[in-house]
Amino acid sequence: MGSGSRWAERLLESGALSDAGRPLLGPGEVECQLLDGVDIEVVDSGVEGDPLRSGLLILTNARMFWVHQHSRSAFFLPLSSVSRISAPRKGLKSVFSSTLRLRGAAAAHSSVTLLLSFRGHASSFDNLVSQLGAVLQSRAWETLPAAAVNPSTASASTPSSHWNPSRAGVSGILRKEQEQWEQTDKNLQEAFHDLNALMGKAKEMVLLADKMRARLLTEGSASGSQQELHDLLLSVGIASPVTKESAGALYHQQLSRQLADFVGSPLQSAGGMLALVDVYCLFNRARGTELISPEDLLQACDLWDRLDVPVMLRRFDSGALAIQIKSKSDDEVVARIMRLVDDLRTGVGAREAAKCLGVAPALAKEHLFSAEARGFLCRDDGPDGLRFYTNFFKDAQFP
Amino acid sequence: MGDFKFPYFFDYPPYFTLQPVQDTREKQMQLWKELILRYCQHHKCFIINLEQEFPLFQNLSIQRKLSFEAREVFLAALVAEGKAEWLDKAHKKCLVLWRSIQEWSEMILQLVRDNAMEDGVLTLDEIQSGDESRGTELAGIDRFVLVRALKLLEQRGKAAMFKGKAGDDEGVKFSAS
Repeated sequence: MGSGSRWAERLLESGALSDAGRPLLGPGEVECQLLDGVDIEVVDSGVEGDPLRSGLLILTNARMFWVHQHSRSAFFLPLSSVSRISAPRKGLKSVFSSTLRLRGAAAAHSSVTLLLSFRGHASSFDNLVSQLGAVLQSRAWETLPAAAVNPSTASASTPSSHWNPSRAGVSGILRKEQEQWEQTDKNLQEAFHDLNALMGKAKEMVLLADKMRARLLTEGSASGSQQELHDLLLSVGIASPVTKESAGALYHQQLSRQLADFVGSPLQSAGGMLALVDVYCLFNRARGTELISPEDLLQACDLWDRLDVPVMLRRFDSGALAIQIKSKSDDEVVARIMRLVDDLRTGVGAREAAKCLGVAPALAKEHLFSAEARGFLCRDDGPDGLRFYTNFFKDAQFP
Repeated sequence: MGDFKFPYFFDYPPYFTLQPVQDTREKQMQLWKELILRYCQHHKCFIINLEQEFPLFQNLSIQRKLSFEAREVFLAALVAEGKAEWLDKAHKKCLVLWRSIQEWSEMILQLVRDNAMEDGVLTLDEIQSGDESRGTELAGIDRFVLVRALKLLEQRGKAAMFKGKAGDDEGVKFSAS
C-alpha cells in the first residue's frame, strides 16, 4: 500500500479483519456479494491519490468492504452514507472495464465520488451492481442494531458521523418495533386483499346457488332432474326449498327415524329429557363417520311432528331446545306439581316449582304452562305474578 | 231480600284471571255468565257500564278484580247467548236481560190479570213502582225494558201505549181479556 493510498485511510474507515483475513461483521450483518479484483479510486473530489488496486470487494447489507488480503488491509464504506450510484461517463476506462461511480459523504468531506472498476466478466460486476442497488434501496442496514454499522475491535468510542444516534437506546428499539408493526400491518392488508377477492368469488357462488334454488321452486314436476338438482344442492350444504314444503327429502325422513330410534335409550337413562346439544354429540359419536350438521339435526327433529314417533322436540321460551319422551316425563312432572299444589290459597309459582322439580325457574315455568295446557292447572295473574292452582273450573258448579 | 250469596269459587284468585287455555276458559265463561245474571237479578240491576266499577267484578278479600278485557269477554258471551244487549256501538253499555223481554211481557200480563185490569189503563210509572207491582219482580223494572216488553204486547194486540197529556206519564191500555 503506497503512500498514494493514504486518501483511503482518510476518507474510508478501517475495517477489522479476523485472523483468517475475513472482515468482522456486526450483529445481523451478512455478506451479500463478493467480487475479487476490484479497484477503487477517488475522483472529482479534490482529493488526490492512487487507486486501491485489485482488492476483494465485499458487499454486506450494511457496508461495502474493500479487502486486500495480502497486506491485510481493509477499508469499508457504510452504505448509509452512499447517496448515489451511477454509470460512469464514457471514457477510456469504461472500454476495458466495468465501472461504477459512488457518491456519498465521507469523513470530513460532504461529497466524495469513488470509482469502482473491475476488469473481469461484466456479468459478475453487473450482479454486484444490482445487488448493491437492491441493498441501497431496501436500506437494509436500518433494521440492524447500530453496532452492525460500525463494529470495531478498537476502541471506537466516538461514533462515526454517519451513525444515527436515534437508532440507539430505548427510542431506537421502540422505533424498530413501530416499523415491524407497520410491516405486519402492510402484510395483513395484502393478505386481506386476497381474502376479499376470495369472498367475491364466494358471493358469486351463493348467487348461483340461489338461482338454482329459485329454479327448483318454479319448476313443476320434472321430478327426476329436480331430485338430482335437489341432491346436488344438499351436497353443497344448502337446504332445498322442496324439503321444507313437502314431507321432506327422503334423506331427512330416514335421518329423522334413525334419530328417533337412537335417542330412546339415552333419554331413558337421563330421566326423560336431554338437551339438544347433548343429543347432537351422542348421535354424531355413535355415527362415527358421516356426521350430521346441527341444521340436519334440527330438521330431523322438526320432522317428528309429521311422523309417529314417541319423542318430541321441546322449545322453551328461553330459546333452549331439548328432546323428551312424549308423554312419560310430562306425566311425572305434572304429578309432582299437583302434589305441590295442595293448598288452593297460595298457588304455585315458578320459584316453588323450580325448587320442587330441581330445575331452573324458566324450565319450571315451561312445565307449569304445559300442565296448564293439559287442563291440570289454571292460572292466577295477580300482583304477585303468575301462580298456578288446581284446575277447579273443571268441576265447579253453583251450589 | 238478603245479601247476595257468592259461590265458593268467587274466593279463588284464578276465577278473576282470564284463562288462556280454551277449555278452561269456556268453563270460566259459563260460571261468570251465570253469576252475572244471578247477581243482576238479585240487585235488580239492568245496566252494566264497562267504564265504571261494578261491584261484582272484584273481590276485595282476595285482592283480585277482572280486567277490562275479561269483562268485555264475559259480557260479549252473554250478548251472544241473547241474555244481554249492547246499548251502544262502542260496546261500553250492556243491558242485562236476566229475564228475557218475552218473560217480562208475560209478567206484565200476569200483573194485569192479578189486578183485574184486562181492559184497564196503567201508567208506566205505576207498573214500575205502583201499588200493583209492589212485591213482584216487576217492581223497579227498567223503563227501557218495560217499553220493550209493552211493545211486544202491542204486537200481540194485548196492549196499546199512548202518550200522556202534557206533563203526564206514558200509559198503556190493555186489551188482555
